[in-house]
Amino acid sequence: MEVGQGLTLSAVGSQLLVGLSRAMILFIVSAGLSFILGVLRVPNVAHGSLYMIGAFSAYSVVAFFGSSLGFWLALVLAPLVVALISLVAERALFCHLYQREHLMLLLFTFALMLILDDLVKLVWGTEYRSVLAPGIFQGAVSILGSPFPRYNLLLLAAGPLVGIGLWLLVNKTKLGKISRAAAVDREMVGALGINVSWVFAAAFVIGCCLAGLGGALVAPTVSINLGMDHSIIIEAFLIVIIGGLGNMWGALVGSLIFDLTQAFGALLWPQFPIVSPFAAVVIVLLLKPRGLLKSVW
Amino acid sequence: MLKQALSSRWLWPAVVILGLLLILPPLAPRFYVYTLALIFVTALLTMSLNLVVGYGGLYQFHHGVFYGVGAYTVALMLTKTDLPMWVGFIAGPIMAAFMGLIIGGICVRLTRLYFAMLQISLGSLIWAIVFRWYNFTGGDDGIHGIPKPSILSSLTGSYYFILLVLVACLMVMYLIVRSPFGSTLQAARDNPQRCEAVGVNVRRHQLVAIVIATFFAGVAGVLFVVLERSVFPDLLFWILSLEIFIMCLLGGWFTFTGPMLGAAIMVALRTFVGRYTEYWTLILGGDIDPVDLLPAAGGDGLYPGKVATPGQGSWW
Repeated sequence: MEVGQGLTLSAVGSQLLVGLSRAMILFIVSAGLSFILGVLRVPNVAHGSLYMIGAFSAYSVVAFFGSSLGFWLALVLAPLVVALISLVAERALFCHLYQREHLMLLLFTFALMLILDDLVKLVWGTEYRSVLAPGIFQGAVSILGSPFPRYNLLLLAAGPLVGIGLWLLVNKTKLGKISRAAAVDREMVGALGINVSWVFAAAFVIGCCLAGLGGALVAPTVSINLGMDHSIIIEAFLIVIIGGLGNMWGALVGSLIFDLTQAFGALLWPQFPIVSPFAAVVIVLLLKPRGLLKSVW
Repeated sequence: MLKQALSSRWLWPAVVILGLLLILPPLAPRFYVYTLALIFVTALLTMSLNLVVGYGGLYQFHHGVFYGVGAYTVALMLTKTDLPMWVGFIAGPIMAAFMGLIIGGICVRLTRLYFAMLQISLGSLIWAIVFRWYNFTGGDDGIHGIPKPSILSSLTGSYYFILLVLVACLMVMYLIVRSPFGSTLQAARDNPQRCEAVGVNVRRHQLVAIVIATFFAGVAGVLFVVLERSVFPDLLFWILSLEIFIMCLLGGWFTFTGPMLGAAIMVALRTFVGRYTEYWTLILGGDIDPVDLLPAAGGDGLYPGKVATPGQGSWW
């Protein structure tokens, strides 16, 4: 495709929708990362591996229960599997480390990533896997004269639903309010007689759950393989930074910027589709080094 | 300064180790010689990173890009031009340092985690271009079968060349760290406000440190080409950058030789454990976690230095 040739209305429209639906996946994953960064102040490099585990778990659940029932079960079970793993990791290892030098936490989560990646290799092997979407989401609908996968409509709905759910959790429940308070001043929260350790565990598990959910949602649209955690984790970190650390809506803005520039970059400059989102991140960081929206600190 | 270096209690152990390494190639199996050479290349890369991370206190999260730029520069010059090979060997580090000047110049405007993320995005930009520019860089296939001078054609020749360059670079790095510039850099790491107050241009010092470190990363990239005769985009991928950062932390990031130890451990583990099981990263991860958990290590890696002053203890 030559430069500029594909710039018809329908091509722009379909790229917009594809970019938006990919942004929803990234939003769900990076909202989880942002939540963990906000409350625990831990840069969780293993977040991408949990996303990958979510996708592989979804594959296993669908393979066991069949495509129609299995997919809906996978959306529930895959996050639960990830939640269980993250709970064990948090209680057994992480919770002893919060007072450490921050770079050492990075070293630790990196080691966790290596362990989780190899566990995935042990359990699921190195082959590429794929998941079939349930019957009603197969095929494509025609929007503006160009085909648009039905499954992406589900993604477009899932993103805002998760966003609203997380907003309600953080702003309207006791746990959310305590974790927001702990993000600002954890010692004071502890002094008020709240068991901060368990608040942190809950926040960590919730954040990781979102990675698992993102993995389960992305499963029908990609081939599930061992390298899929490497690209998502760096994208999620960049999104969290340009959106504003710990700010959930910042994660939404960041993912929209990242994926829409990727979609339109692919249209304008097809040879280098992955260049434009990184260029967008550079521009945002140069103009607003602290992120677009207010960070929680 | 030379006298000081000569009287160091590390001098004799260093000489003994160097002597052992010099007589080793005819005695040891080929595979071990190759692994040692790979450790030397990685050690140089890690040490160069430590100049900015340990001594400069900067979160240089995408150091691998400069390694890759050095390697790609020499690979492209050797395959696409008729210039003498030594020109390519010199151009690699210079190109890496030039890239360090550009990227570093943009990044030093920010601090800490924001510095790190800006650098990751700039580095990923370069990676994305190299990864897809099939006509020029070979895209994701990379470039293979790069010609090299006849003295370097054997593994033993490459081994001695790499060892020689490594030792020379280490000496230069040691002199830089011990120089007034090195002291100022460490002061700027420990207390940037105070340094500004006494008239030190902190950002300029940090930028110079980045350029020096990226130059040595470029040297490591050239050595990689000498050893492997091929380049591929993974050299610029952020996973490699994270790995060498981890080597720095693992070995001890406030010490001069610590990063070399970290590099040796990671490369050796990957090579030797990787021969027996494909799950070598599981073993590496299982090794790092207890080290990290040990209170005795004080969270400063295997090799705690005397100047362990993290001081600024926060990402932000």
